[in-house]
Amino acid sequence: MQIAIASGKGGTGKTSLAVSLFLANADRSRLLDCDVEEPNCHLFLKTRFVSRSSVERRIPLLNPDLCKHCGKCVEACQFNALAEAGKAGILVFEELCHSCGGCSLVCPTGALQETPLKMGAITRALVAEKAELITGALAIGHTETPTLIRAVKKKQPDPEVEFTLIDAPPGTACAFATAVEHADFVLLVAEETPFGLHDLKLTLKALQKKGLPFAVILNRMRPGFSSVQEFCKEKNYPLWLQIPESRDIAGTYARGGTLLDAMPELQESLRLLLDKCAEELLCNRRN
Amino acid sequence: MKIAFSTSGNTLESLLDTRFGRCSQFLILDTETKDYEILENTQNLNSVQGAGIQSAQTVLKTGAEALVTGHCGPKAFKVLHAAGIAIYLAENRPIHDLAEAFAAGKLALLTDADVEGHW
Amino acid sequence: MQPEELVIISGKGGTGKTSITAALAECFPSKVLADCDVDAADLFLVLKVTETQIAEFQSGHVAEIDPEKCHHCGHCATLCRFEAIVSSKKGYEVDARACEGCKVCVNACPHHAIEWKEAFCGLWKESQTTQGTLFHASLYPGAENSGKLVSFVREKTRKKAVDEGIPLVLVDGPPGIGCPVIASVTGASIILVVTEPTPSGYHDLERVLVLAKHFQVPTYILINKADLETSYHKKMEDCAAKFGATVIGQLPYSPLFSKAQQKGQSVLTAFPTSPEAETLRSIAALLKQKMKMS
Ligand code: SF4
Ligand code: SF4
Repeated sequence: MQIAIASGKGGTGKTSLAVSLFLANADRSRLLDCDVEEPNCHLFLKTRFVSRSSVERRIPLLNPDLCKHCGKCVEACQFNALAEAGKAGILVFEELCHSCGGCSLVCPTGALQETPLKMGAITRALVAEKAELITGALAIGHTETPTLIRAVKKKQPDPEVEFTLIDAPPGTACAFATAVEHADFVLLVAEETPFGLHDLKLTLKALQKKGLPFAVILNRMRPGFSSVQEFCKEKNYPLWLQIPESRDIAGTYARGGTLLDAMPELQESLRLLLDKCAEELLCNRRN
Repeated sequence: MKIAFSTSGNTLESLLDTRFGRCSQFLILDTETKDYEILENTQNLNSVQGAGIQSAQTVLKTGAEALVTGHCGPKAFKVLHAAGIAIYLAENRPIHDLAEAFAAGKLALLTDADVEGHW
Repeated sequence: MQPEELVIISGKGGTGKTSITAALAECFPSKVLADCDVDAADLFLVLKVTETQIAEFQSGHVAEIDPEKCHHCGHCATLCRFEAIVSSKKGYEVDARACEGCKVCVNACPHHAIEWKEAFCGLWKESQTTQGTLFHASLYPGAENSGKLVSFVREKTRKKAVDEGIPLVLVDGPPGIGCPVIASVTGASIILVVTEPTPSGYHDLERVLVLAKHFQVPTYILINKADLETSYHKKMEDCAAKFGATVIGQLPYSPLFSKAQQKGQSVLTAFPTSPEAETLRSIAALLKQKMKMS
């Protein structure tokens, strides 16, 4: 099953939790780092490189001999990636191109041929010689985040594992939406502060639009703070794990360690967490 | 010859708008007859990206041979440069002032983009 | 007179940028505020706002199939490269969230059954707050954060400052280091980077400094939660020096920020005599000096 780990904004401890879940379940899970603009799961893991493949998209290439300067392509492109520059003819701005293919479709002379352009790479690596980490990284200057996320999610080589964990990009914009799409379950990491509550509500709105089942993981619980807990209780939202605010955890993180390094006692709960996701999935299927 | 100025006003007293891609209109001045016309640049406000490129094409279509504006990003520069339009940078002063400065050869000719494009 | 523009950014989230922006805002008597952190626009939570204007923000277009005209040929679905055209029992439909807005299907439909509609990606608002006017925005879930909304909010704010002769625009910048950040940094008079001593904090700091240097904007760095891991200080100072930036101050790992948040206030209002408030006031004074403001 696919489990996405998401949060409304950055800095909630999402990646640290995703990596810890992965480590605690190394025998039965795989981790996809879909935060392709800033993939950093690997910073917290000791990995052995296995392979890298590049991801391409197609951009138009102009054959000036065939171009009759009719301007139909410029008109068709919704992204201003093509421009008419007077006597210089048609210019192509590949960084603005969304690879829709519209221009070559309308060109009456076939002057625009699509050619591949590298937009990013997908890396496979092994952790402790068994668990697989798949990382998508967008090349600098490229913005086709959703396309790359889709490619990472499609890259599901064997062996089949029980759980595929997805570290989703922060925010509720299209990158987030693409990462959680088709997930069987979403774990939402929220911080126990008023800002955290507001961000959680935004993320929930986005999730509920898609009708995805979820549970909340509460991070940085402080004595005297309870707004997120009360909110979940009131709405009857499942609250599955509560992690205290602690200088120790923050310090471990600053030194490049994970939640599990700071609190090894969480190992068991992190295994149970995935079992619970699986149970929920079964229940949902039955209903 | 014709010169294009980026602006938000309608007269020669209006100030130069130092933005190129996002200016609301262009004033096209004919240096011989001193006639001028205003050309709206509003279609850009709706485009997702590439405002500079669109503006560059708008200027191109007017037949202007020179453009006076505040900044010019790399993509717009590429289009204007390829089309042979000279770009001059100036501050937000009245257009008639700048037209004089242009005639006196006192405006700085841009030889490369001076700002990074965004979205 | 052109107003000064102070833009506060952080790269990665969770460094305390918004709390610090709220506190610094109180140190400047006359300003217009912009919340450009459209992913997590939280500034209003600590400013007591009354919305005075609210409107939808248009950006690009989406395709929409008219079921009356659709002949179910499926031509559009084979051409769409964004998996946005889905066939259902009712016929073909466009998934508006997946639609990239390329118009390929609209142009190709042999029955002219596909309409081209304006897309709205979020809301922008003007509000009155205890700290003056605030412009903010929220993206609709799943919408693209292209930087256009950021530029829009910033321009509104700037215009207000120019029209009313207000000397300062204070911007809570967007997260990350992508397009929206570039949109918020162009034209800034001064940048404050709020960072934290963690691997990703350091990593993003470097990338943000590259940007700031490129735009030639004077840049200052505030290390928040500085006492968490002191080994970064030297690295951050060196990094700052390399890009011509300056570390302007440090704040400790402190519970006061979230406590103030809980009260719906800034640290300055909630704990005016705390050392944190003291530090923030002196940082504001330094920034004023740099902007040559009195
Ligand atoms: S493929 Fe689409 S986005 Fe790219 S240049 Fe052609 S029309 Fe524009
Ligand atoms: S406009 Fe483009 S992305 Fe949208 S549905 Fe049509 S073909 Fe697909």
